[in-house]
Amino acid sequence: MAAQLYKDGGFVADDWRHLGDDEPLPEAGAVILPLARFLENVATAPASLKLAVLLRAADDPDALAPHLSRLELIAVDFAKFSDGRGYSTARLLCRRHGFDGELRAVGDVLLDQIPLMRRCGFTAFEIVHAPTRRALEAGHNVEVPLYLQPAERAGERPAGARAWARRPAASPV
Amino acid sequence: MYRYDEFDTDFVSARVEQFTDQVRRRLAGDLDEEQFKPLRLMNGVYLQLHAYMLRVAIPYGTLNGAQMRKLAYVARTYDRGYGHFTTRQNIQFNWPRLKDIPAILEELATVEMHAIQTSGNCIRNVTADHFSGAAADEILDPRPYAEILRQWSSLHPEFSFLPRKFKIAVTGAPHDRAAVQVHDIGLQAKRDADGNVGFTVFVGGGLGRTPMIARKVRDFLPEEDLLAYCEAILRVYNRYGRRDNKYKARIKILVHETGVDTLKADIEREFEEIRHGVLRLPQDEIDRITDYFAPPPFDAGADDGSLDRATAADPALAAFVERNLHAHKAPGYASVTISLKPIGKAPGDATADQMDAVAALAERFGHDEIRVSHEQNLVLPHVRKADVPAIFEGLKAAGLAEANAGLVTDIIACPGMDFCALATARSIPVAQRISERFGTPERQRDIGDLKIKISGCINACGHHHVGHIGILGVEKKGEEYYQITLGGSGDENSSIGEIIGRGFSYDDVVDAVETLVDTYIGLRETPQEDFLAAYRRVGDAPFKEALYGTA
Ligand code: HEM
Ligand code: SF4
Repeated sequence: MAAQLYKDGGFVADDWRHLGDDEPLPEAGAVILPLARFLENVATAPASLKLAVLLRAADDPDALAPHLSRLELIAVDFAKFSDGRGYSTARLLCRRHGFDGELRAVGDVLLDQIPLMRRCGFTAFEIVHAPTRRALEAGHNVEVPLYLQPAERAGERPAGARAWARRPAASPV
Repeated sequence: MYRYDEFDTDFVSARVEQFTDQVRRRLAGDLDEEQFKPLRLMNGVYLQLHAYMLRVAIPYGTLNGAQMRKLAYVARTYDRGYGHFTTRQNIQFNWPRLKDIPAILEELATVEMHAIQTSGNCIRNVTADHFSGAAADEILDPRPYAEILRQWSSLHPEFSFLPRKFKIAVTGAPHDRAAVQVHDIGLQAKRDADGNVGFTVFVGGGLGRTPMIARKVRDFLPEEDLLAYCEAILRVYNRYGRRDNKYKARIKILVHETGVDTLKADIEREFEEIRHGVLRLPQDEIDRITDYFAPPPFDAGADDGSLDRATAADPALAAFVERNLHAHKAPGYASVTISLKPIGKAPGDATADQMDAVAALAERFGHDEIRVSHEQNLVLPHVRKADVPAIFEGLKAAGLAEANAGLVTDIIACPGMDFCALATARSIPVAQRISERFGTPERQRDIGDLKIKISGCINACGHHHVGHIGILGVEKKGEEYYQITLGGSGDENSSIGEIIGRGFSYDDVVDAVETLVDTYIGLRETPQEDFLAAYRRVGDAPFKEALYGTA
């Protein structure tokens, strides 16, 4: 299957994989686990196995606080694109908890929501929706590149007199 | 009023381009209807019974003559020659074609207008007192804060997929004309003893199928904290509001189920985390936005006594002055209500020619300012009393001189079965029939202040819960039935109306309203005791008895 992970302006190979609920924990590699399973295993996993976590919409990001400094990746699930809880999850991780690893949106991730997700701190996207994939590959930009509130995306610059207005970074991040 | 700078202009054009592209991708099949729906809703495009509908934002109900002319142009060019002003100070066009909508949005952008967030599960158009900046009883003009909120909430990346729509209203006067207590967030601006500006904050009001009056969560929120506090409320709502049932998804249900004290503690905790951050409002920024709303230069000789002489000679003008003028803070000035409720017509509708006529009057006599009220009327907020006779003549020529502001025929009605796919009954024709029944000037004036509000289904777009007399159209065994509530109110003493008894058929409902009105006339202590006051004094028993006989 072609790479689904969209990051830094292109589709790239994914070093991580989502571990199925009935799959046993492997000895080595890099797997993404749902929150409960992550918390159960984080203390005992072998050093050869890297763990990342998948937060579902109702999960509280505070639960990850003790582990954040060691996490390379947090995936946030959008089971339905219309469920906007993941946007708050992302902002809390970035701002409140200072998470600076890869923040990845997974699930029902669609072209028109990606600009909003970026502004909430997402830096990577797993894409399954074919038209979204085509549009991203074609470099189709759907963003309104002027913002009326501060958010989490790196490099946004204040714009003009207004305290809350922002423009994107000079070069796309 | 607020004027766009380069940033705002670029913002709105980029938004039009974005939507144009979304429409193209929808037509090409890259977006299915479910995926497209929230995108079009966030641009004000609804799918109605017969056609698409476009809802255009009129932020806090303020617009100028050029903007009104553009609305007239849109009505003429892309619709059937009229528009419908709504209870949220917006305008709706009922008949545009989807393929024309990008062009309409481009037209609107040329006069600094848009349709952003007039619909969808996001923060909607912020509404305010329609007499803002003019009313004699005002403590301060709430529109700078409404504008700041409008900006902050526009395309907010975190709050574009809320559990449900989210409505904010602001007032700056002790008499609440913006119905803040039936909004998701209601803000009452005031000053403390030292003159500092702050807000009483209400959360969790709303109508719909579970009407609720908002709960107070802050008595005096300093102005610098406005955005941080709203962001805290929205974040708590976005994370914890129910998403399993769209009828239980408004913040009012969260307040109700969580308990106001617990929810308030959650909001305060979130607020503590962010209050000293980037959202804290700098005073110079508040001042800069406030400057846009500076009052026009008022003329000291605005009242030369000619209005009094003219009213003495013209009873029709006298009636208009009595009902449709509102006290202004500047001596010699008044605010004029332009009733969009001519007897027997659909409430809130205005033709393109009428819009042009209002624009011309505003430009000539009204410092180029117009307001849309949540009662579905228009307002010229600043006029010289000496100019009122000429304005009255101009309104007569346009068919807009009905002297019924606040009277029984000044009815709010939702589109109902005539336009709305969700309706269970007609509402506009009921409004028209009531209007005709009570239409004579003497009778209306004798009845006095009375707010009748009609919704065509439980969603309550016509605010029937806060009508002094509320009428809700339902369907029973294939027939339209109308349930009557009494005692509702949407001001600073908000209350939800109580159902009086079994409903009435389409044919009988107007008689029932007349019985209620006659009962009130019979029992009021003085003509100054209005319907609501009388109802609050005597309760529902005499009204029940008049409608149903003694049980
Ligand atoms: C014809 C198309 C319309 C449709 C399909 C529609 C649909 C709805 C629905 C489903 C609700 C309930 C929302 C909820 O409780 O979550 C609602 C509420 C409301 N609508 Fe409409 N509506 C329409 C037109 C209008 C118009 C023309 C107005 C203004 C005149 C309006 C103003 C309102 C207001 C003020 C509420 C009350 C919100 C509250 O609970 O606080 N709607 N509408
Ligand atoms: S109250 Fe019902 S009938 Fe009236 S506009 Fe709203 S959804 Fe339609």
